[in-house]
Amino acid sequence: TSLVMAAVCCRGLLSPFCGRLRAGPRARLRSVATASPPLYDVVVSGGGMVGSAMAAALGHDIHFHGKKIALLEAGPRKEYGRVPDSYSNRVSSISPGSATLLSSFGAWDHVCSLRLKPFRRMQVWDACSEAMIVFEKDDLDDMGYIVENDVIMSALTKQLDAVADRVEVFYRSRAVGYTWPLPSHSCDTSPWVQIELADGRRLQTKLLIGADGHNSVVRKEAKIKNVEHRYDQSAVVATLHLSEATDNNVAWQRFLPTGPIALLPLSDTASSLVWSTSHEHASELLSMDEESFVDSINSAFWSNVNHSDFIDTAGFFFFSAIALLRPSGTAVRQLPPSVAEVDPESRAMFPLGMGHATEYVQHRVALIGDAAHRVHPLAGQGVNLGFGDIACLAHHLSAAAFNGSDLGSLKHLLKFETERQRHNVSLIAATDVLKRLYSTRLAPLVLLRTWGLQATNALPPVKVRI
Amino acid sequence: QLSPFRFTVKRLFSTSHSSVDSKEMKKFQLLAHKWWDEEGEFSALHSMNDIRVPFIRDSLLNMSSNYHLGNPLAGVKILDVGCGGGLLSEPLGRLGASVTGIDPLEDNIRTADQHKSFDPVLAKRIQYKSSSLEEIVEESMETFDVIVASEVVEHVADLEMFIKCCSQVLKPEGSLFITTINKTQLSYVLGIVVAEKIIGIVPEGTHEWEKFVPPEELERLLEANGFSVKAVNGMLYNPLSGSWSWMESTSINYAVHAVKSGAQGQSSPTDTPSEMESEQPSATV
Repeated sequence: TSLVMAAVCCRGLLSPFCGRLRAGPRARLRSVATASPPLYDVVVSGGGMVGSAMAAALGHDIHFHGKKIALLEAGPRKEYGRVPDSYSNRVSSISPGSATLLSSFGAWDHVCSLRLKPFRRMQVWDACSEAMIVFEKDDLDDMGYIVENDVIMSALTKQLDAVADRVEVFYRSRAVGYTWPLPSHSCDTSPWVQIELADGRRLQTKLLIGADGHNSVVRKEAKIKNVEHRYDQSAVVATLHLSEATDNNVAWQRFLPTGPIALLPLSDTASSLVWSTSHEHASELLSMDEESFVDSINSAFWSNVNHSDFIDTAGFFFFSAIALLRPSGTAVRQLPPSVAEVDPESRAMFPLGMGHATEYVQHRVALIGDAAHRVHPLAGQGVNLGFGDIACLAHHLSAAAFNGSDLGSLKHLLKFETERQRHNVSLIAATDVLKRLYSTRLAPLVLLRTWGLQATNALPPVKVRI
Repeated sequence: QLSPFRFTVKRLFSTSHSSVDSKEMKKFQLLAHKWWDEEGEFSALHSMNDIRVPFIRDSLLNMSSNYHLGNPLAGVKILDVGCGGGLLSEPLGRLGASVTGIDPLEDNIRTADQHKSFDPVLAKRIQYKSSSLEEIVEESMETFDVIVASEVVEHVADLEMFIKCCSQVLKPEGSLFITTINKTQLSYVLGIVVAEKIIGIVPEGTHEWEKFVPPEELERLLEANGFSVKAVNGMLYNPLSGSWSWMESTSINYAVHAVKSGAQGQSSPTDTPSEMESEQPSATV
């Protein structure tokens, strides 16, 4: 290709300049003499929770004083002064680690002053057997927090405003084209990434961070291969009102053969629903009237129609064996709350899939959040993985800035990639396996997962790792 | 290709003229445009930044009580002797320093100028000149706060002359940072026999073991010419990982930090009482 020819010719010349050769479509930009687009140190493409948090984390980093950061967001600015009375139907389970990241640049305080619900306990059980696993912290700490996505966005917007001198946010701006530099430039072509926006404006940057979701344009343009798989499931979300007020500090999840149904606490009287099920069932749930919808939910949590005597007996024996060997290894089964009504117009559905980019980084490019990895919501980990990416990347970029390094250099970007891939791959694989294991009624697999779940519940070391 | 030791232009400093070996010049002309290939011939120098930049930065931060967030070296004037393609000048510039880089090979200066030109911040902070150290002494008496001479002194004919020139262009109590190669059996085996003759990662004849400088010798010359040596640290290159690390022993590569004594020959900054240390904000994260 012309690009390869140009690269070969560039290196062959003795003179440090190869002025007459222009590299192909990759480095369109000419010499610096023509008016150059503004040069940023970092551009984050995608202003969702992960993109905004990345920009805010860098903006508040002490070694980034004096650096120029830009955040590109296709949508409008999201912020509210006080929370609306009704709950949003899109919520996330925020782990303590993510809360720590958010508080490192002052966003967690805003979240706390707006609205959130801590939970202390997680009960996960099977629809085909009595097997159950309970996650609980021995100390009085919270296990996690259920926060509406809008609340998180509002808190992040506030913290971005606080560093507006360093972070420029481009709302209603979509990037339509990226031009990548040659890795080791010895020609007089620009070494920076060129970005073209929909309105024709151009930017240059030393490092482009792709936080533009599972259909990431940055990833596609960088030609990074993505291993992906569409599940034959959609998630139905809704805001529910409980029959009676309760402490509501437990997160509930039951694995039905069609998919897991989860109830996440929002307040003493309200919970958020995340029900992963087949596409047809999801459409049915959305179109049925509110009463039938509520009935379906209650029946999903309470009914034992999927039990079989064989499994129940086998499970019971295993359970007794455990009770004998490890008396503390069995927990009291609590009963989930029953639902009385659903918020009108809070029902929505979206398709589910999994994805993992084979590379998280390239010269001057890094992927974070769903652009790098997409996971099934059954483990409640999606956004936490993204926040984990941010903590790791911000740490490496901060050290690189303090060393005076070129921010787009692969050396420290690869360190980020190795650390995060090691962490993420096992979790994503495990989530995928769980999803498939729990999608069946076949007795052998049900028995396997029943015993597996009971055993895991009885073994503290395994539970702690989870 | 991995090269544990930088090959650079052999500069001969003499009292009456500075002459440069034309054979060496030709060799480095071919390589002048390869400076910025991080995986290429100069990859070891690129990765050396990971230890020499923090060394310079932290030594200077420890001595000063000013700290500008984001630009730790703001206001510091640095002379980078033998700057090559600007591999060390650029990170120092990014940390806020005003850097003057000199190198006798014009092609190196051209490469360095061109590379910095794309970054407006660096283009302003760094100035390159094709020159030897002697040539700038007259116009730069006591001009610089810091001199860095990294992987240079092992190529210099008259080391004492070189150090005298450094002293002349340095302000009183200014810092001199040197990284170079020791003259030991180990450095002969690894640096010449293995690197040049066996693995061939350094072109044969690049280094002359006779020119290597033992740290004791360097310290003696520095102390005899008005410098006080503050730190001597051994460096080790791992060709498998391509990275440098500090080590106790100075038997192969090492780094030196020396401070020029003040105008009245007063004691060096590190001897001042602890009140100065307590005023400094912490430099590390």
